[in-house]
Amino acid sequence: MSARTLFDKVWTAHEVIRESADTPAVLYIDLHLIHEVTSPQAFSMLKAAGLRVRRPDRTLATMDHSTPTNTDQVFGRVPIKVDAAARQVRQLESNAAEFGVELFGMRDARRGIVHVISPELGATQPGMTVVCGDSHTSTHGAFGALAFGIGTTEVGHVFATQSLLQRKPKTFAVNVNGKLPRGVTAKDLILSIIGRIGVSGGTGHVLEYRGPTIRAMSMDERMTVCNMSIEAGARAGMIAPDDITFEYLKNKPRAPRGAEWDASVDRWRELTTDEGAAFDKSVDIDASQLEPMVTYGTNPGMVVPIGATIPDRAGDAVFDKALRYMGFRSGDAMLGKPVNTVFIGSCTNGRLTDLEAAAHVLKGRKVAPGVHLLIVPGSQQIKREAEAAGLADIFKDAGADWRESGCSMCLGMNGDTVAAGMYSISTSNRNFEGRQGVGARTLLVSPYTAAASAVRGRIADPRELL
Amino acid sequence: MQPITRIQSRTVVIPSSNIDTDQIIPARFLTTTTKEGLGRQLFADWRYSSDGAADPAFILNKPEAQGAEVLVAGRNFGCGSSREHAPWALLDFGFRAVISTEIADIFRGNSLKNGLLPIVVDEATSHWLLEHPGAAVDIDLEAGRLTLPTGVRVPFPIEAFARHCLINGVDELGYLQSKLEAIRRFEALHDRATPSE
Repeated sequence: MSARTLFDKVWTAHEVIRESADTPAVLYIDLHLIHEVTSPQAFSMLKAAGLRVRRPDRTLATMDHSTPTNTDQVFGRVPIKVDAAARQVRQLESNAAEFGVELFGMRDARRGIVHVISPELGATQPGMTVVCGDSHTSTHGAFGALAFGIGTTEVGHVFATQSLLQRKPKTFAVNVNGKLPRGVTAKDLILSIIGRIGVSGGTGHVLEYRGPTIRAMSMDERMTVCNMSIEAGARAGMIAPDDITFEYLKNKPRAPRGAEWDASVDRWRELTTDEGAAFDKSVDIDASQLEPMVTYGTNPGMVVPIGATIPDRAGDAVFDKALRYMGFRSGDAMLGKPVNTVFIGSCTNGRLTDLEAAAHVLKGRKVAPGVHLLIVPGSQQIKREAEAAGLADIFKDAGADWRESGCSMCLGMNGDTVAAGMYSISTSNRNFEGRQGVGARTLLVSPYTAAASAVRGRIADPRELL
Repeated sequence: MQPITRIQSRTVVIPSSNIDTDQIIPARFLTTTTKEGLGRQLFADWRYSSDGAADPAFILNKPEAQGAEVLVAGRNFGCGSSREHAPWALLDFGFRAVISTEIADIFRGNSLKNGLLPIVVDEATSHWLLEHPGAAVDIDLEAGRLTLPTGVRVPFPIEAFARHCLINGVDELGYLQSKLEAIRRFEALHDRATPSE
């Protein structure tokens, strides 16, 4: 058999029916993650058609997007502030009960951002197909799964048939060599990649992140990289599983056990791209030359090294509009730009090692006067771990606002928003206009840079504080 | 879903590139649990000022946008979030087709499933359309052809199965359900090969 890519192996293993010129493939879905925002209309469709969820055992539900991060609201001591969000939460509770889907609900100790808890539970495993009505489903590709975001109509298709109609995407190798310098993180790497290939560079493709830099990364770092594949236009990003993957998964609640674990690992070891397999596109990145990155515009591709100035694209009206929105000018230095709010969290950078990185900078220091530092763990488990490890105390001593888990200020659905015109230094994934609140101005950075900027009260190079 | 065979309409132009689905419909409107009525919130942050008043300078608030069924936008339309609320809002406003040089993957899939036609054209055609807002265009889905008022005919690619579904108003779920026997056979083997727990 000819040399095959990791993507091709996972795709082929899930083809119920192959694609033809006239029809897309019927692709089997191993794991369907759902949340309160993109599932209600799909459940309504099931009810209208008199259908059931075909495989509740392959479906996992949680609530994260619109849920409060305020402890009193989460635990019911006061009502949820955003009425419509409270309605979505109730609707998911009743839909999950009616259709027999397991729900990690509001007060469940295992609740959290859907892309954080599924790996934590060991539900995401190498070689699986994973979908969710959320574009950051690409996160799960870090395990060698083929994982991509879908719309609500497709959520309904998976409910009813555990399958999707899909055209086979093309493949794109992202080869990363060299050691990441001190203070330069997985977040800086993926921002650099997006800056290099552009926000639509991966459209129609599945990215595979390859090379020694990727192999040296922890699972948390790999998830950060795969998470933002969609910001380069790619629905999915993948990393071949290895011992680091298996070590992470071992003994997780839903990971296989005993003889089945050994058999699974043997199977998972086959999930690599064969020597000589061809990709449709490729790019080479030298990680050793990277610096902490910061965005200056209104999409994640508008990004520069932190010590750089904002480029000039005279005559590009869209570029100029983005700078006007941000209140920046071409030629401005990014260092020293103002900071109003700092957000550390999200499915990109809300995991324990991200919080450790922030704590490393914040330990024994204070948040600058006038700056609001909001730290939102990716899951309730991470919250407990961070509290047990003393990280939460470091955050609180520094003057940070430490919350319950959820998507929170990444998209501001739950009332955690940034005011118009204010600058938010954020470890999340999107700096779109209004993403964190109407008129809010978002700068995407790593947890190190976010924490350093909170301390300095302006955009700061984290390497000065490490 | 309404069958689509032909769309004859004036265009509305929003020339920005990389228009993300957060612009098409901001996240704070996603707390809805239905699909209806989202047209009011289409491009809300570009369309209304902070006090909720319609900005008369924004194209969707102008008389010429009313009744238009074709939206022309800059490169990479519909990037970002997978929210299907984006095509729902465009359709509810009255659009039936979107034209750009590049359309993001998830948005394209969501559009096709709701009867909103995503049309990808070459740079020259896009440039002409962006420069001529309000142009009367003729879209023939069966032929996969866009005709400009100049008479220039531009073929556009459209996946065969999606075209079949759009022309006949076929719901993809019905097709998937017709394959349930194959899904059952696959699943029996697959469950054994890769036990879930």
